[in-house]
Parts: sequence; structure tokens; C-alpha cells
Amino acid sequence: MELTLHWFGWDVIATPLTLGFAAVLALLLAGTIAAFILPAMQPGKWSDLGPRMRSWWVIALLVGGALVLGWQATAVLFALISFLALKEFLTLAPTRKEDRLIVLLAYLSVFVNYGLIFADSLFEDSYQIYLVFTPVYVFLVMAAAMAWIGRTDGFLATVGIVHWGVVVCVYNIGYIAFLMRTPDAEAPAGAAGLVFFLLFITQLNDVAQYCWGKALGRTKITPKVSPNKTWEGAIGGWLTTAGVFYVLAPYFTPLAPMHAAIMGALIPIAGFFGDITMSAIKRDLGVKDTSRLIPGHGGVLDRLDSLTFAAPLYFHLLAYFAIERF
Amino acid sequence: MLQTIRRYGLMLIVRPLARLLFGLDAIGAEKLPKQGPAIVAANHNSHVDTIVLLCLFPSKLLPKLRPVAAADHFDKGGFGSWFSRNIIGIIPIKRGGASRHDDVLAGAKQALARGEILVVFPEGSRGEPEEMTRFKTGVARLVEFCPEAPVTPVYLQGAGRSLPKDAKLLVPFNCTAVIGDPLMWNGSHHGFIDELRTRIETLKEQAPPLRWR
Repeated sequence: MELTLHWFGWDVIATPLTLGFAAVLALLLAGTIAAFILPAMQPGKWSDLGPRMRSWWVIALLVGGALVLGWQATAVLFALISFLALKEFLTLAPTRKEDRLIVLLAYLSVFVNYGLIFADSLFEDSYQIYLVFTPVYVFLVMAAAMAWIGRTDGFLATVGIVHWGVVVCVYNIGYIAFLMRTPDAEAPAGAAGLVFFLLFITQLNDVAQYCWGKALGRTKITPKVSPNKTWEGAIGGWLTTAGVFYVLAPYFTPLAPMHAAIMGALIPIAGFFGDITMSAIKRDLGVKDTSRLIPGHGGVLDRLDSLTFAAPLYFHLLAYFAIERF
Repeated sequence: MLQTIRRYGLMLIVRPLARLLFGLDAIGAEKLPKQGPAIVAANHNSHVDTIVLLCLFPSKLLPKLRPVAAADHFDKGGFGSWFSRNIIGIIPIKRGGASRHDDVLAGAKQALARGEILVVFPEGSRGEPEEMTRFKTGVARLVEFCPEAPVTPVYLQGAGRSLPKDAKLLVPFNCTAVIGDPLMWNGSHHGFIDELRTRIETLKEQAPPLRWR
């Protein structure tokens, strides 16, 4: 699909994805300018903004570059992201001295999980295998290996902890990479457009919730888990994201208007619950950030929180409503 | 030539790899010494500790960084010895059984006199993973010899999980280094190591909780 924009007397012809990248670039530039001006105007208050923006540039270049390069590059990038997130989780979560081998097996599952995206020639439809591999077989093998090693105290808790980490950090995030295997003809902006839209919408939801919360926030929504979140922020963010989703869906997805409305309403809710679930886990573990890898943001898992819930739902609903491939 | 290879090897291979496998989260990295003579003292659980510590410094300081390491382990002759001495840059030190007359710390003292930065593990051995043992007085004798050298305490967490003593498999976990304010020679061997130990134990509180049973 190509769009023609009339801009100051010029006709700009571009694909939705190009315009999307241009919009992200404009946001990055605006944020970078703000990071230079605001700390000078109110010293001390915006010290976080500089490193935060620098990290955003790196994230945007890595993800944007991978989307342009294609599904292989995207799968490799998200495999790396999954590994880093899982390592953060398993570093902080309680494990036992005997579980070092189990942790290594969990890392190995990253290779197989993402390997399935490449395994066309091995299976008639590797997507079918992907669906069951981590939830069923990693689950079973991990428990069996742990029983084989033989320490029984804390067995059930550790089995649960490790599998929770693998599903959230590897299986759920892997859907983003698998979505890149949608045939380009099935979506108006190709497979990359579908992935771009998911990432854009979840990040927009985070930002919109934050802005509405700052402007109107009064009533705490989850005082024990995430005390900064408010009903006003959550509802404002939800309406904003749902609206933007509905308006932009025809340019990035093959969804009918009714289906776009349903997904627009559900994706921000999934994002919100991903966010507070990760907050609950971090509180349980006694940390604020999952690592210090991304300056100004914290860890990889801190940045992924809403995606861990939104990505599988986005994938499954798209597959159910519109995409023939899945 | 060798220094250039070491520097680029650290920048392009070792540091990115260490970041991928061990995360290298540093709290207070700006407190690390920027010039010698100086001593960096950390708790010791794993060979990975040395890699983590070396990666925290800017690579231009690499020629000055000298990990003090057990001769019976790292200086057994042959290629291993050459690699430890010239690539890692260790100063070998004899553990136990040294005669009363030769000064086991001579190599380390010379390095301080040359204005180098020593990396020492006062526990003297890796011990049980993620547990701190008694400190030896060597570091106090070094700083007595060179009182202008500040001793920067560092608490290292996580490396003992990645590669505990006697383990064959390396398992990636994030490691955290908490760097404290430097302390100076206070005139007493035992007083000094007690102070150093207390400082490192206090730094532990800033690291993320370690849940490992």
C-alpha cells in the first residue's frame, strides 16, 4: 500500500511503514531536543532524560534495522532480547544451587524456540510445533531434569519459577518474531508493518498512561503493586491507544473495522496487565529494576513488561480474525 | 604491540562477551581509581570475578591493571603462565609454604612503585560460592609499603553462581559490582583489613537480593 500526502504543496508518496519510521524519528528528535533544553531550564529535575533518550535511539535503530533487514534479522534480535530478559529473571528469581544445569536448559530453550521460526524445511508447519513446544515440552523436560538431579526441597516452587520465566521471556516474546513470517501480501504494510504496529501501540500505551496519569491522576488503581498508576491514567491511556489503533489499523493490518475495534480495546488492557504483573514480580523479588543494562530504563525485562502480555494476544487475534498463514 | 592487542581484545571481544554473559551491572563505577598507584580489593568467588573487575575499567587503563593471582594456580609454567602474565597481566604470588626470608609481596610492591593499579582478593581463595571468608593481611602490608595508594573496596555478586570453584560448566547470570569510597592506610594491619571487610559487607546491601539456596 502506498499513501500520498499533501504537504506544503508537495505530494509525498510513501508506504505506511516509511511514514511510521518517519514518525518515530520525529519523536526521537523531539525527545532529544527536550533532553538538551529541559535540564538547562530546570536543573536537577530531568537528569534521567539524556540517558533515556540515548537508549531510545539505540532501541529504535536496532529494532528498525532488524525490521528492514527481514524476518531472519528480527528473529535473531528478539532471540537475543529473550535471552537477556530470561537471564535477568533467573538472576533475581530464587533458584537452588543444584539448578545451574536447569538454568542452562532454560537458555537452550531460547535457541529451540526461535529456531522453530527458521525450521521450515524440517516440519510441514513449524508454527504448529512452536505453539506446543515451550508450554508443553519445555515444561515437562525441565521438571523431569530437575527430578533427575534429585533435590526435592523447593522442587515445586523452582519448577514453577523457571517455567514462568521461560514462557514470559521466550515464548510470548517469540510471537513478535514469528509474526514477521506473515506473507507480505497478507498485510497492507507487510509483516514488518504488523510488528511495527504492535511495538508502536504498546509503547504508545505506556506513554499515554503516563501522560494522562500525570495530568489528571488522582485515584490509585493498584496501590500495593504499582502506586504510581491511577484509574485516570489507565482509562485515558486505554481510550487514547484504542482510538489510535482503530484509526491506524487500516494502514498496518488487514483487519475489518469491527475486528480493529475489538483489538484496539483489548491490546491496551493486555499491556496494562503485563505492566502490573511485572511490577508485582519485581516487588516480590525486592528490586526496582531487573538490571542496569539500558541506561535510563533499567533492564530489558523492565522495557518488555507490557509486551509480554500484549504480543501473544495481538498475534492470536490477528491470526483468528485475518491472517491466513497462522 | 601486545598492549594494543590487549586493549582492542578487551574492547571488542572480552567486554561485549562479558556484558552478554554476566551483564556487568556496576553501582558507583565512578569511584574506581583513575590512576596508580592504587589498590582495588574485592571479595572472591570465581575466576569470573577478575574478568568482571577488569571490564569495569576504561580500556586505556588496561596496561596499568595488575590482578594479583596465586602462583600455584596461574603460574605453573608453559603457555598458561605466559598468557596469565602477559595477556591477563597478573602478578603471581606464592600462597603458603613461602620461606620466611623471601618477600612474597615483592612483585606487587614493585608494581605499586611503578604506579600501577593492583586488583587483589584479600580472601586469598575463591571459597564457597557467594560466601565471604576471612581476609588475609597481605593487602594491609601492601598499603603500608605504599601509603599513598588508596584502597577501593568492591563487592562482587553473582560470579560465584556463573562459575563456582571446581565447576566445569559456565552458566550465564547477571553479576553486580558495588564500588565503595576508597580508604587509606590507618597504621594497623588487622585494623585495616577489618575496616576493609566491614566496608565490603556494607556494600553488599546495595546489591540486588541474592536468592540462592
